[in-house]
Amino acid sequence: MAITREDVLHVAGLARLEIPEGEMDAVREQLGAILEAVGKVAELDLADVEPTSHPLDLVNSWAEDEPRPSLSQKDALLNAPDPSDGSFRVPAVGG
Amino acid sequence: MSANGWEPVVGLEIHVQLKTRTKMFCRCENVWGEEPNTRTCPVCLAHPGTLPVPNRTAVEWTLKLGVALGCEIAPRALFHRKNYFYPDLPKGYQISQYDVPLASEGRFVVPGPDGDREIGIVRAHLEEDAAKTVHVGGTAGRIHGAEHSLVDFNRGGTPLVEIVTQPDIRSGEEARRFLQLLRQTVVELGISDAEMEKGSLRCDANVSVRKAGEGGFRTKTELKNMNSFKFVADGIAAEVERQVGVYESGGEVVQQTLHFDPARGTIAPLRSKEEAHDYRYFPEPDLVPVEPSAEQVAAARESVGELPGARIRRLEQELDFDLAYGLVTSGRDELFARVPGDRRAVANVLMNQLAAAGTDPAAVNGEELGKLIAARERIPRQAFLDALAASGNGDFRADRYLAEETVSDAAALDPVIDRILAANAEQVEAYRGGKAGLLGFFVGQVMKETQGKADARAVNERLREKLGN
Amino acid sequence: MIDTLRLTAEEAAGLLERGEVSGDELAGAYLGAIEERDAELHAYLHVVGERGAGVPIAYKDVITTKGIPTTAGSRILEGYTPVFDSTVASRCKEARLPVIGKTNLDEFAMGSSTENSAYGPSRNPWDPERVPGGSSGGSAAAVAGGLAPWALGTDTGGSVKQPASLCGVVGLRPTYGTVSRYGIVAFASSLDQVGPITKTVRDNARLYAIVAGKDPCDSTTVELPEPVALPEGEDLTGVRVGVPREMNEAEGIAPGVSESVEAAIRLAEELGADVEETSLPRSVEYGLACYYLVAPAEASSNLARYDGVRYGHRAEGDGDLTALYARTRWEGFGAEPKRRILLGTYALSAGYYEAYYGQAQKVRTVIAQEHAAAFERFDVLVSPTSPTVAFRIGEKAEDPLAMYLSDLLTIPANMAGLPGLSIPCGLSDGLPVGLQLIGPQFSENTLFRVGHALERALDFDYVPERLR
Ligand SMILES: [Mg+2]
Ligand SMILES: [Zn+2]
Repeated sequence: MAITREDVLHVAGLARLEIPEGEMDAVREQLGAILEAVGKVAELDLADVEPTSHPLDLVNSWAEDEPRPSLSQKDALLNAPDPSDGSFRVPAVGG
Repeated sequence: MSANGWEPVVGLEIHVQLKTRTKMFCRCENVWGEEPNTRTCPVCLAHPGTLPVPNRTAVEWTLKLGVALGCEIAPRALFHRKNYFYPDLPKGYQISQYDVPLASEGRFVVPGPDGDREIGIVRAHLEEDAAKTVHVGGTAGRIHGAEHSLVDFNRGGTPLVEIVTQPDIRSGEEARRFLQLLRQTVVELGISDAEMEKGSLRCDANVSVRKAGEGGFRTKTELKNMNSFKFVADGIAAEVERQVGVYESGGEVVQQTLHFDPARGTIAPLRSKEEAHDYRYFPEPDLVPVEPSAEQVAAARESVGELPGARIRRLEQELDFDLAYGLVTSGRDELFARVPGDRRAVANVLMNQLAAAGTDPAAVNGEELGKLIAARERIPRQAFLDALAASGNGDFRADRYLAEETVSDAAALDPVIDRILAANAEQVEAYRGGKAGLLGFFVGQVMKETQGKADARAVNERLREKLGN
Repeated sequence: MIDTLRLTAEEAAGLLERGEVSGDELAGAYLGAIEERDAELHAYLHVVGERGAGVPIAYKDVITTKGIPTTAGSRILEGYTPVFDSTVASRCKEARLPVIGKTNLDEFAMGSSTENSAYGPSRNPWDPERVPGGSSGGSAAAVAGGLAPWALGTDTGGSVKQPASLCGVVGLRPTYGTVSRYGIVAFASSLDQVGPITKTVRDNARLYAIVAGKDPCDSTTVELPEPVALPEGEDLTGVRVGVPREMNEAEGIAPGVSESVEAAIRLAEELGADVEETSLPRSVEYGLACYYLVAPAEASSNLARYDGVRYGHRAEGDGDLTALYARTRWEGFGAEPKRRILLGTYALSAGYYEAYYGQAQKVRTVIAQEHAAAFERFDVLVSPTSPTVAFRIGEKAEDPLAMYLSDLLTIPANMAGLPGLSIPCGLSDGLPVGLQLIGPQFSENTLFRVGHALERALDFDYVPERLR
């Protein structure tokens, strides 16, 4: 199936990937080829088949409501690219 | 129903923060007001490789709330991922419930002065909260005017129950009542503090209007972030009025997200550019389904007592709607039941003076308070108020206050009054010259002299007589 | 003198127990081998060189290690130092296994050759011009090249089994849910499993016993239904072996690979197994397409956390946050993760979910049902692990679809959550061929038993010929 430039831009926007203009055609072609290959799943008529989202038949896996130690603020921020005032600093949304 | 036959159509989306000891999917403490990022761990910071483990208590409390909302409990519920990017959402997705929530298809009865209104509940599902973001101004040395946000993940991942109602609500006032009753319900279930100012109870409203008798729905708008009961009522009322105005002047309502400014009473779009949402929900592969056991559902049913709405209807029989509503939504109806005496008098005292005194209703000895209220006409006002303030103390006894009878006979009052009039000749002259408002001044002086023990009505009478009119 | 090329983990443990070598000497021997050969093989991204009482171990660099950099082979995690241990790493710590280092891999475990590593490819110890397979190529190369007695990898679509096959060592992909994923940098959550890569089947069972079992930090794990049994026997009397036609005759299986596998199957028969042909028609035909929808969809979500806020790479410059995210992620991820994120996002997006992701989940049900039916008649199913022996570096690098075919035979069992063991079964053109043994869920003990008996009978020499 043909995937348009607009499709790629839409999906890249959702996925927060900024595709440089020069790479757009290559990305679109590869994505189109893979989509065509995986589109094979549509050949099967599976209207009555239940989907499987998990290989094991497990239910009710949970933990009791008992606190465990948290990280120190220092460890929480250890890998932060831009720590500030005990917090993670980011440019303002839409700013 | 608004003017000119317009009918408001309102649905609410409410988030209730559960007060479990730990977060929804990790065992960091669920607390408020700590230093930033001191209640976080690799899981709630979404470090690579970390996995969610659901909080059993949060699941069970959601069942309780589902029962209280008259919902069906799902035999098998799933968690889904709701994918979107935002700095307060560390994984890039929120774990929430989508097509099979824990509770759905409920009904919640909201009593009003003109009868019951039944509000349909679409669903009540369990999810995790986002982190807290504080916006700060630009810093010197960086790009001019740059704005930054500071993200604190302490709140990130705390359990929320999201409740979605049918568009059954017909006014801002009704929305307020629904929300107050819901709040009272979760507080009584012991599952949330549900304080709007603190954000542990949050409400968005979907608002549209239609002509009476009109089928279907018109375009709705979404009102966000109304952080008090009053703002919910006022915001919805303002938006209804705005939409009616748009239609009446021949315009069309556009779908958008709006913010109500309570100070000005105005409505403004929250964001200028709405991003097209595509959350790409899919079953959370890191979690397995929840199948509430028969015992868990039974325990949830048992834990839900008579609902606030029903109690209002019951109390209304002996009081009026407003008093009954006030007692129940303020959590004072339990004390009301324990205090003997004239029902209306007791209700009034509980709703007014006792509330003003800040006394914890749960701590009050009902019998003693009943004696006090029965005698309230006979004892000095100040003594009565002092007694109410003390009534929450464990050793409170009414007797001590009842001993302080009011002074109302003229023989005792006259010498005091005479003395005061003599000492304030100027005011007496002014009063007689037409300044009737000075009567209060004289009453105050007498009360002061008698340390509040004088009977106000008697003092008024004697003063009027002596001042000559 | 310790010959790290030949020494098994079991033998090493024996030397330590008997006090014939110290933990220091043992760890030192592997560091020496790394010094000697890793410049060529590039099996390691980070050498730690811990000393300890037990048999040293290497971890694929998606396995989180507290205080030791963990990159997932990606620039986006360059400089990231975890503040916690993965459950498998802490279990190995409890078993007193010192960490030799972190091994190379395809970025975020996405690939079949280790060429997708942001830090350059690893090389196959049998022929350095060829790939070691992937994505756990570094772990397989380390074990085959004598740079680690044993190692842990992860397997999503075949990432333990396939490199084990290409490097002539033993690789287990365990039953989904038997080994904790806590602290394993996620690729596709419903498929990822940690698996041991070792020289022998017994070593494999030993390492599996250390890491397997329910973990309260991973709610998808279960308790093993029976303890891990070290395999002893050498015959296969009464074992029912199924040979799925489609998996043994698939287009693209190299003739040399087929020959080795057929010989191994005949050997199984000689050892007493009942061998019979069977069929998994839709599993093979639709498995790959199913996998390349399910795995990228989950990956697109799992990789959303790499946004430059809490850790990892952040693009330079201020300004709009949305643009910063998009720049950070485009710079930080390599081509393959980006391709799969876009593919997965597409498969989940409004209007396409039912046709792609939803349909793939139903295909998954079909695959599981086909396998379940086969296991009513058979104890194990056999096939080649990889359709080919190790290919040349660069051979498939420009053609993602050709690369994806490397996992054609490992994917079906993975989609059904089944365990699979790859053991070397011979050489083709001087390069190892792997035999894949698939069993029903929780049948690891059977796989170990069958694998061990075949391993004895095959007498494959796991030391690469050029290094003997
Ligand atoms: Mg919500
Ligand atoms: Zn946490």
